[in-house]
Amino acid sequence: MAKIKFTSALKRFFPSLTEIEIEGDTVGQVLNNIEKMHPGISSYLVDDHGHLRKHLNIFVRGDLIKDRNTLNDKVNNNDELLIFQALSGG
Amino acid sequence: MPPQLLVGTSKGLVAVEQEHNQWKIVDVQFEGLSVSMLYVDERNGRWWAGLSHRHWGEKLHFSNDKGKTWQEASTPSFKNYFLRPDQPATLKKMWTLQHAGVDKPNCLWLGTEPGGLFFSSDDGQSWKLSENLWNHPSRLDDKQWFGAGKDFPFIHSIVVDPRDSDHVYIGVSCAGIFETRNGGKNWQAKNKGLVAAYLPNPHAESGHDPHKILLCPANPDVIWQQNHCGIFRTIDGGENWENVSGQNGFPSYGFALAIDEQDTETAWVIPAQSDAMRIPVDLKLTVCKTVDGGKNWISVSESLPDKFSFDLVLRHAFVKHGNILAFGSNNGNLYLSSNGGENWISLSQNLSTVNCLIFP
Repeated sequence: MAKIKFTSALKRFFPSLTEIEIEGDTVGQVLNNIEKMHPGISSYLVDDHGHLRKHLNIFVRGDLIKDRNTLNDKVNNNDELLIFQALSGG
Repeated sequence: MPPQLLVGTSKGLVAVEQEHNQWKIVDVQFEGLSVSMLYVDERNGRWWAGLSHRHWGEKLHFSNDKGKTWQEASTPSFKNYFLRPDQPATLKKMWTLQHAGVDKPNCLWLGTEPGGLFFSSDDGQSWKLSENLWNHPSRLDDKQWFGAGKDFPFIHSIVVDPRDSDHVYIGVSCAGIFETRNGGKNWQAKNKGLVAAYLPNPHAESGHDPHKILLCPANPDVIWQQNHCGIFRTIDGGENWENVSGQNGFPSYGFALAIDEQDTETAWVIPAQSDAMRIPVDLKLTVCKTVDGGKNWISVSESLPDKFSFDLVLRHAFVKHGNILAFGSNNGNLYLSSNGGENWISLSQNLSTVNCLIFP
């Protein structure tokens, strides 16, 4: 189980979103499991092709994931996975 | 229900209502979020709003209770579609939504950037890309379909012939006007008479830049367009377009267009200097009107700023309903005329960029 932390900005659209522990060996599997708990959330995180949205970052064990397209970065038991929006303004 | 105006801005949806002869802002929805598209389905009264999130992508919302509550609808997807063989298509923006005809309940058309036309037969629960248009030879040729001010071509206007819902026109920047007469099975360019001054062949079949097209309900063979290269009008359903820009080139360039619902000869535009100078001509915010099919244009700009105005009115930010005209600008100014443009009042000078307007 990995521990998932979300940017607070997502709570506006998914009010029940809290820090959760979830199964998954890769980032993609983790996101699929988050979608099961919060239907619709994956469209906020990935684009038409399942690629991580451009202005979104995911950190695993404190490092930015490398595979933004197929989301195959490994997730281990007890890892912390952070889903943050990139800094952009206007 | 008092007259109401919905204003889609880059920072929220602003509702304006007329109370005791005064127009006032009465509500704000989607606060802080960019409302890039608004549509009201006259068949069932449903309101639609397209949101452009900076981080979370494009989202489509609808309201069945006139904006009191909103639900999120499905968003069209380009999954498994490619702009070019090596370039996946990804939804950048939803530009326009249009019901597919009173005889096709629950059916909607939606135009996007990149230039996809989507169809829903279940009131927006699911969307299917019109492959016949997507695979049109001109769409696959980047000399015929290409971005204009955006990275990719986009479909910003959809008009359905009220006499025949299988007869549909779309406006694409840049590609031009395309028409289907069989509900989207086949599409053909309808750009004869248009001018693309930025192309080696200004009279190419495709590659034109209509900024906005509107069809006259009283005579659907009459269609107006504000184009990158002037104002054009057809009286034969798009077989031939005539340049009806003003004499000496004013009005000519611009984005915003409104037409009279009954009188085929009457239209309004809000010109800008040029594509290189997207500001009011001489910095005077000016609305131009014709009552003779574009032969002559007059300014109907009383009470609009006559100096130091830098307002540009975007293509979906000028609307007409009955005798009421309203427009909003990129500088967050909102103006309204209750008498067909004879004079104007300022409703707000403090909005964010006005993307779109609609009278629900």
